[in-house]
Amino acid sequence: MKNLLKIGSLLGLLLTIVPPIIFFMGNSDLSQMKWTMGFGMVLWFVTAPFWINKTSQQ
Amino acid sequence: MSNRFFKKIVGETNEYERTPIPGASLKGGKSFLGMYAGEHTAGTEFVIGPLFVAHGVAAGDLVLGLLIGNLLAVLSWGLITGPIAASKRMTLYYQLERIAGKNLVRWYNLVNALMFCFLAGSMIAVSATAVGIPFDLEMPTLTDWLPRTPGWIVTVLVMGAVITLVAIQGYNQVSKFANIMSPWMILIFIAAAIVGLAQLGVGSFESLITIAQEVIWNGVPLAGMSKFTIWHIIFFAWFCNMAMHIGMSDLTILRYAKSWTYGFYSFAGVFLGHFVAWIASGILYSVFLQANTASQEFAPGAIAYQTLGIAGAICVVIAGWTTANPTIYRAGLALQGIFPKVPTWKITAIVGGITSLAACFPALVMKLLDFVALYGLLLMPMGAVIFADFYFSKKMGFQYEGALNSKSDFSVPALLSWVLTLVFCLGLNFFYGVEIFFLGLPGWFVAVAIFVVLSRMKYPLAKSLA
Repeated sequence: MKNLLKIGSLLGLLLTIVPPIIFFMGNSDLSQMKWTMGFGMVLWFVTAPFWINKTSQQ
Repeated sequence: MSNRFFKKIVGETNEYERTPIPGASLKGGKSFLGMYAGEHTAGTEFVIGPLFVAHGVAAGDLVLGLLIGNLLAVLSWGLITGPIAASKRMTLYYQLERIAGKNLVRWYNLVNALMFCFLAGSMIAVSATAVGIPFDLEMPTLTDWLPRTPGWIVTVLVMGAVITLVAIQGYNQVSKFANIMSPWMILIFIAAAIVGLAQLGVGSFESLITIAQEVIWNGVPLAGMSKFTIWHIIFFAWFCNMAMHIGMSDLTILRYAKSWTYGFYSFAGVFLGHFVAWIASGILYSVFLQANTASQEFAPGAIAYQTLGIAGAICVVIAGWTTANPTIYRAGLALQGIFPKVPTWKITAIVGGITSLAACFPALVMKLLDFVALYGLLLMPMGAVIFADFYFSKKMGFQYEGALNSKSDFSVPALLSWVLTLVFCLGLNFFYGVEIFFLGLPGWFVAVAIFVVLSRMKYPLAKSLA
């Protein structure tokens, strides 16, 4: 389960940083980029709290 | 009713306010990396980067100045604060009480707590510029000192209440919160730079250099703003956290460190937050200025939302939050020194209330550079006193922890170090026109010298019999 959460978090971070790079290269429009980043943010928020501090405590 | 509620969420928190941290409670490096990265990738970054643009710093001066200044800041944490924290393992306030005496520390704690309240208040105000977007809240402008609308006040007070609830749960909760948020926030700042550069027309390395020098940091200050040089950038980057490193506030945090070297982990905060994030937010503001040439509006939330959408606006909220949290926590500990019998959670709740009221005034945001420099300067002399007591007491022949060992509640050397240093700095500013950003360095040496000389007179070491 924890691995699934970590994969979700990683995907969330990728959806935060990759869309701006694609936008910079001229392969997407601003609106599309903003929505994708918003989805990445939600993915990070719903997965990261369940494993980041657990790892620190261990 | 309210007491039961607070006690329930606080639980059995032990913050070791007046005892050294026991070995079992020490924390590993990851905790400090997350804390520093979260704390210094913060709401202030959304203000400081744009203010550098407004002050007309040149691109080359900015990059070189930030590299040098941030390196000096990391060295200050690593070589000055870290070793003392790991050796003593006490809060700044209790350590200072043993050196300067209870009565003097009460005054120091009061000034400290007020400064922290104002700083945390500015962070809440920055967050509010994002929270207000869906409510079409009228945003503050560069010249605003007072709140514009009742809606602004309500937004700020609600945010302050939520942030205070998290802060009163102590260091563990703050650390957890920062750990979770910091990786995503850092990527948002990097994303802001990438998107901003694209919107400014950067398509190659050559165009990046050209646009950086001619559009973003073109060396020309906005109307009414003073001109910043590389020296301003170096000293601001070094001393924007002066209260934390050479002012020793981070003794309170670093006393939990398993190793004295954890002070160097501040590099995660300063090189991400005070380099990447300041540059990124400067780019964001430049995009805003290009699109709104005559606008006086200065609302980091709205600026981030314009370029990055909802993720940008939420990042401004979170960034403000992760700075306000530990700052309110620190302010709570400062007041704990004045009212040692009152539980930390209750004091933190009061501090949160003061902070929320201060946040209603946008002046805290618009004058942030000056305020940050002032608050570091006011607190710095007591850090110099702790440094001098730790390193020079034996070598220079005076009693360490003078107030404790002489059973005094008031140390004249510490008081005069504090007051005379500030008088000296005020004199430099008033008579010689030295700007506030440059006063910390000479002031630190003056504070150390005054404390050593007066301590030798007041608390000389008794000569041992041969």
